Amino acid sequence: MRARVLIRPKAGILDPQGQTVERALPALGFGGVSRVHVVRLVELDVEDPATLPQICEALLCNTLIEEYEILAEDVLAAPA
Amino acid sequence: MKFGVIRFPGSCDEVDAQLAAARVAGDAELLWHADRDLHGADAVIVPGGFSYGDYLRAGAIARFAPVMESVAAFAAEGGPVLGICNGFQVLCEAGLLPGALLGNTGLRFLCRQVELEVETADTPFTRACQEGERLSIPAKHMTGRYWAPEATLDELEANRQVLLRYAPGENPNGSARDIAGVSNAAGNVFGLMPHPEHAVEELTGSTDGLKIFQSLRDHCDERLAV
Repeated sequence: MRARVLIRPKAGILDPQGQTVERALPALGFGGVSRVHVVRLVELDVEDPATLPQICEALLCNTLIEEYEILAEDVLAAPA
Repeated sequence: MKFGVIRFPGSCDEVDAQLAAARVAGDAELLWHADRDLHGADAVIVPGGFSYGDYLRAGAIARFAPVMESVAAFAAEGGPVLGICNGFQVLCEAGLLPGALLGNTGLRFLCRQVELEVETADTPFTRACQEGERLSIPAKHMTGRYWAPEATLDELEANRQVLLRYAPGENPNGSARDIAGVSNAAGNVFGLMPHPEHAVEELTGSTDGLKIFQSLRDHCDERLAV
């Protein structure tokens, strides 16, 4: 199965990358944008999707500072 | 006594660390990441650099290196372990130190001399210093913002695990509570972002870094004598 994992900074932890993007948008005329975060996307083929949480916690994500989101199959099936 | 300095693929400060250690102890050997044998080292240094390229997250891959199993066992028995910069990141990722290192708030790689204040001096890593003493040591990193949950930070302070702070106004990376270096609860594992191994020679501006190596040497000599 093709899987995608999003890894983002935990809520409450300063995200200077997200902030920088957020501050740049009004200068380009895009007002009304908030809560911007730059996240990491990991794509992988995995035989047993049930192992994905363990994969995330063992390696892909430092759960002290990051949280992960495993995208469901139906999301992946949607056309890009 | 003998220092062991780990070399991962992508380490870049291991030779400076080896030379700094040899200056105070005479004997310092490089330890290969794939070798579980610590070759009789009395103190282990996890040096700076970009272990395994740090492609996923700083220190995230290095913590699985065969040598790190031995380092964890060595630390569990009270053996002193010093992590510098990437080594600090590796020790945090390995769970040998509390907290984590995040990207600098300024988003840039920084490379400059920073002023540190010794907060706790009765430790294996700072015993050659005085409490409140200032150390001038270079820092060079992209991912040096120390972070831990507030409750953990309170505990670190209550247990006197904060050994070094950036001097007022000197915090270069947004570290929580200006923390530059912390130890584990047992006090035998210490990590810091600045590079004491680059401050051992007047020619390059400061010899303050030697005090960290001298502290560790004195601690090991004492430990071996018992």
